[in-house]
Amino acid sequence: MEPSISIRDLVLRFGAITVLNGLNLDVKQGEFVVLLGSSGCGKSTLLNCIAGLLDVSEGQIFINGRNVTWEEPSDRGIGMVFQSYALYPQMTVEGNLSFGLKNARVPKAEVQERVARAAKTLQIEPLLKRKPAALSGGQRQRVAIGRALVRDVDVFLFDEPLSNLDAKLRADLRVEIKQLHQRLRNTMIYVTHDQIEAMTLADRIAIMKGGEVLQFDTPNEIYNRPASRYVAEFIGSPTMNFLEGTVDLSEAPRFAGSQATFDLDGYSFADRPAGGPAAFGIRPEHIVTGPEAAAKPIRFDTRVDLVEPLGSDTLAWVHAGDQSFWVRMDGQSAVRSGDSLPIGFDPQRANIFDMQTEARL
Amino acid sequence: MGNKASAIDMPDVVLEPRTLVEGPSGPKPKKRLSRRNIMIYGTLIVICLYYLLPLYVMVVTSLKGMPEIRLGNIFAPPVEITFEPWVKAWAQACTGLNCEGLSRGFWNSVRITIPSVLASIVIASVNGYALANWRFKGADLFFTILIFGAFIPYQVMLYPIVILLREIGLYGTLWGLVIVHTIFGMPILTLLFRNYFTSLPEELFKAARVDGARFWGIYFRIMVPMSLPIFVVAMILQVTGIWNDFLFGVVYTKPEFYPMTVQLNNIVNSVQGVKEYNVNMAATLLTGLVPLIIYFVSGKLFVRGIAAGAVKG
Repeated sequence: MEPSISIRDLVLRFGAITVLNGLNLDVKQGEFVVLLGSSGCGKSTLLNCIAGLLDVSEGQIFINGRNVTWEEPSDRGIGMVFQSYALYPQMTVEGNLSFGLKNARVPKAEVQERVARAAKTLQIEPLLKRKPAALSGGQRQRVAIGRALVRDVDVFLFDEPLSNLDAKLRADLRVEIKQLHQRLRNTMIYVTHDQIEAMTLADRIAIMKGGEVLQFDTPNEIYNRPASRYVAEFIGSPTMNFLEGTVDLSEAPRFAGSQATFDLDGYSFADRPAGGPAAFGIRPEHIVTGPEAAAKPIRFDTRVDLVEPLGSDTLAWVHAGDQSFWVRMDGQSAVRSGDSLPIGFDPQRANIFDMQTEARL
Repeated sequence: MGNKASAIDMPDVVLEPRTLVEGPSGPKPKKRLSRRNIMIYGTLIVICLYYLLPLYVMVVTSLKGMPEIRLGNIFAPPVEITFEPWVKAWAQACTGLNCEGLSRGFWNSVRITIPSVLASIVIASVNGYALANWRFKGADLFFTILIFGAFIPYQVMLYPIVILLREIGLYGTLWGLVIVHTIFGMPILTLLFRNYFTSLPEELFKAARVDGARFWGIYFRIMVPMSLPIFVVAMILQVTGIWNDFLFGVVYTKPEFYPMTVQLNNIVNSVQGVKEYNVNMAATLLTGLVPLIIYFVSGKLFVRGIAAGAVKG
């Protein structure tokens, strides 16, 4: 089956600034893809290019095999949901939903039917006669989604749709968007800087930086085998711990750090690894503490500097010599700052990155 | 562990909440006659009187007959109120050979102002919309040149425009003056509309494009309905500006098409016969009435639009 969206060597420049730099991306039919990155990475710009709201400098965009690079946004078979909802303030909810259909000269009866169907799907039927100003944030965002829904498009584009909502509502709508996708099975592209949204919603995540896609993979793979140190640091909170040192591959693979030297038994290396200066990364949740630590191949005796109880978990900031770690422990843990705490972990759960290229070894 | 003392020893600090609870409570008392208020209101009242006094003199003078005026007491209210001067100013006052009063000037002004205001607002709003939302190549240059136009002194352009109008055969006609007013309103109005449209959320414009609306569809169905205040501002600026214009009116039209301001000048400065102060005052008030009414009717919207257009640029 041909890809739903296919982006070929996309370049976008604003004057002397290159925002997108030869970007390639293939999105499968019905896939939920999240574009994730810090602000200024070009993720929203890419979405606007796909929507046709920005003219690309070079490259091509295909939607369902059709070259839409120079087509009008409305001719691309896309619907878009914006961060600020972008509801037309002078129109009622019904007017907002039907605006696109009227522009497309859809017959009146069908407009009514489609609006009614979308309103039912999103449970906004009682709101149809209201103006956007009389809606809450969550209701507004539902209407905005409905506006894409009525147009019966192949591709949904979401530009940080939940960023303006409070935490509780955000979690609710996140679930609703996921359910919507499971029911409709449309291709969806979703821009966010929130890694929780990315991990929970995505079939695949594209991590972006500096106008390029660093890694495009399933959430699981991105979490467990980040392709580069940037990706490893971007995903996960608190961020991954790093030990700096050297990887020696001459015999059995070994890592020599400032605090400890240990074997890398069971670490799954990339295809053709090279030894040399490297950063050994381990996630806070992959570190065990207390008596269990003794059973792990890599161990440190640390002292606790800071404890952050979160209820579900307890985070501890610990150090051994000049090496510091974030450790995630059970929520009922009674560790206090100043305590000594043995920690341990497996090399299998680690990720090692080349110091120069930052690529995973 | 458990309840053991914390690793960081905190000194025993006891906060004293009492200091916050005691003392005066309830809303802050207000003093009406504070020194500050006396200063502020005193100054405002003096300034108001300063501005209202000439208006007062005009109104009372226009309601007096000539014998009463000759007594010389300009602040005194009229002993015998007469509307004769108003009637005369409107229908009979003479400018040179012609004795039709201000009425002809009034209708000329109406015929000049309405098309000029409509044309300039329609064109400038589309200009501003294109400059704000459809960033074509060279848009910035175009905008800079347009704004630069606002700074060229009128005197430089007066005569070239006379030639231009003559060449296209509109010199001395009402329509020639309408064109001049429309063009001269362009820089400031375009700036006004561009800034206002720029301040509207860009995502609305994007959403409308995704929804299949094109240039005019977005303009009429999204932008214009959201922009009533700025249209009111533009209307007020143009109506008062064009109504009060004297220079263009006198330069580009013939006596039969003179706007009200020019007619007023000719009545007031007429050197023949006795100076009829009451008629002059009534004529002046009549001429100023239109802008005055516009301000009163739409003052609130005017302030709102000016604020919206000015702050977000």
